[in-house]
Amino acid sequence: MLVELRFHGRGGQGAVTAANILASAAVLEGLYAQAFPYFGAERRGAPVEAYARISDRPIERHSQVREPDVVVVLDPEIPKIVDVARGLKPGGKIVFNSPSAPLNSEELAARSWCVNATRIARELGLVVSGWPVVNTAMLGALVKATGILSLDSVVKAIKDYFKGKGRLGELNAEAAVEAYKQAAPCPH
Amino acid sequence: MAVAAEERLHVERKKPRPLSTNSAIAHAVKDLDVDVVAAYPITPQTTVVEKIAEFIADGELEAEMVHVESEHSALSATVAAALTGARAFTATASQGLELMHEILHIASGLRTPIVMSVAMRALSAPISIWNDHSDVMNARDSGWIIFFVSSAQEAYDTVIQGYRIAEDSDVLLPVMVAYDGYVMSHTMEPVVTEDRDSVLAYAPKRPFPYKLDPEKPVTLGALADPDWYYEIKYQIVEAMRRALDKAREADEEFGKRFGRKYGLVECYMCEGAKSLIVAASSYAATLKAVLPRAWEEGLKVGLLRLRLYRPFPEDLIVDALSNVDSVLVIDRAISYGAPYQGPLANEFSGLILKHGLGVNLVSVVAGIGQRRMVDDDFLKLAKLAWEARTVRKPETIFYGVRK
Repeated sequence: MLVELRFHGRGGQGAVTAANILASAAVLEGLYAQAFPYFGAERRGAPVEAYARISDRPIERHSQVREPDVVVVLDPEIPKIVDVARGLKPGGKIVFNSPSAPLNSEELAARSWCVNATRIARELGLVVSGWPVVNTAMLGALVKATGILSLDSVVKAIKDYFKGKGRLGELNAEAAVEAYKQAAPCPH
Repeated sequence: MAVAAEERLHVERKKPRPLSTNSAIAHAVKDLDVDVVAAYPITPQTTVVEKIAEFIADGELEAEMVHVESEHSALSATVAAALTGARAFTATASQGLELMHEILHIASGLRTPIVMSVAMRALSAPISIWNDHSDVMNARDSGWIIFFVSSAQEAYDTVIQGYRIAEDSDVLLPVMVAYDGYVMSHTMEPVVTEDRDSVLAYAPKRPFPYKLDPEKPVTLGALADPDWYYEIKYQIVEAMRRALDKAREADEEFGKRFGRKYGLVECYMCEGAKSLIVAASSYAATLKAVLPRAWEEGLKVGLLRLRLYRPFPEDLIVDALSNVDSVLVIDRAISYGAPYQGPLANEFSGLILKHGLGVNLVSVVAGIGQRRMVDDDFLKLAKLAWEARTVRKPETIFYGVRK
């Protein structure tokens, strides 16, 4: 089993952290995992990508993910400027932080999942410098849409990540749980 | 009961955690109880020293962190600390390693047992923050022991092995542990770390024996006139030869204690192979994932992963080459104006001649400034290696360049 993922977001939005936490959750389940950023000169607010691989066998490959099984889109505006479906495997899924799939393709929209992570983050007060922090909510939506890992592992990995940072661990874990509940196939 | 508790502890200890290669190296430094770290931040190395600073601030490592104004000073301070008997560490990349160049030779000339990690990165100009091996290839003749590692786990393990080798009184040479910047430095992977007691039992602190001590003043590195300089440099030649056995022993012993060993080179899918590809660091790892596809297409191509580069594990490499008709050497640095423009290819060419091996060599330069290499590219290189059994390719191939 090998699942390859690509995260789309904006610099500062937490796409890289999301990939890292997902990899940690996989390791908690006794799986092998890798997470890495797009290797570039990143700028706050600019479109960024991060990647992860999850496998039941050691992962030797150290090259970029070109044909992901799953794409996670943290920012609903990103599909207007980036082809988020680039290289997506046939049957692969896209998980959007958006009330509806921001895509022209019916076929792609039919295998897309939607969640309003921005609203969940705002309601929990997960806002930094005016930006809702949606990455942890998106992890909850991701595991609901794909079933690649359990929600429990994701929650534990989130709490581990925020260890020693007060209530942030609880709040982010709650965001993941809430997004898990709310995520559903995108409405047509 | 006691046994059960011990077993549980063992299982607990062997639980991997996700760490980037940079973090894994910082953990190794902590677990080795390093005394002095002097470093200057440079991408993609920065998070190594950030993490070490965090360990020191949190009281997990009792060490002196020396903030310096340049890499020249970073390595100078590291060498000086080691000469007073401290266990010292530094880390760098790219321009930082180039700025250290003068001190690289002083470190080996003074026989300083330090370890330095290098997150390999291309060299300016033009500026590139991306990965290739130009920095380390420019440092290869500086008298350092050089390892190329291919995973975060191997980086952790090799830094630990590095101190055991460096501080051995038969060696006393500095050790460089090099890995691909970004592609490895910033990639999280599961890593098993060991407890400090076990690490120190494997690599006990053996301070520099002729240390600087105000109570017993000595002069180190003083002027050597033409009557002595040559002998002192020749001693490095001999120490490098001894380092080969010490590196082998260090890896064997590491395997016995911790259950992980790597060999000085690794031959992957070499059984029945008629061609070899030589690669280091992340390319070697990716090739492991790609080569089974080559075999499915009838290309019997193995991988010779270069782990120890200095001293060159000549016998092991000759053994591997003895069974094949062709070898393709991937260089991730350019030796401008050289017979082959790949520095490693020149060394393999010399080796083939020295041992009278009937092996056709293909020199390939690739991934300069992290030019993208994907599965299909590695598959093409496997085809090139395979074709070279019967067709000579005398010129270096600059793979993927627009001419």
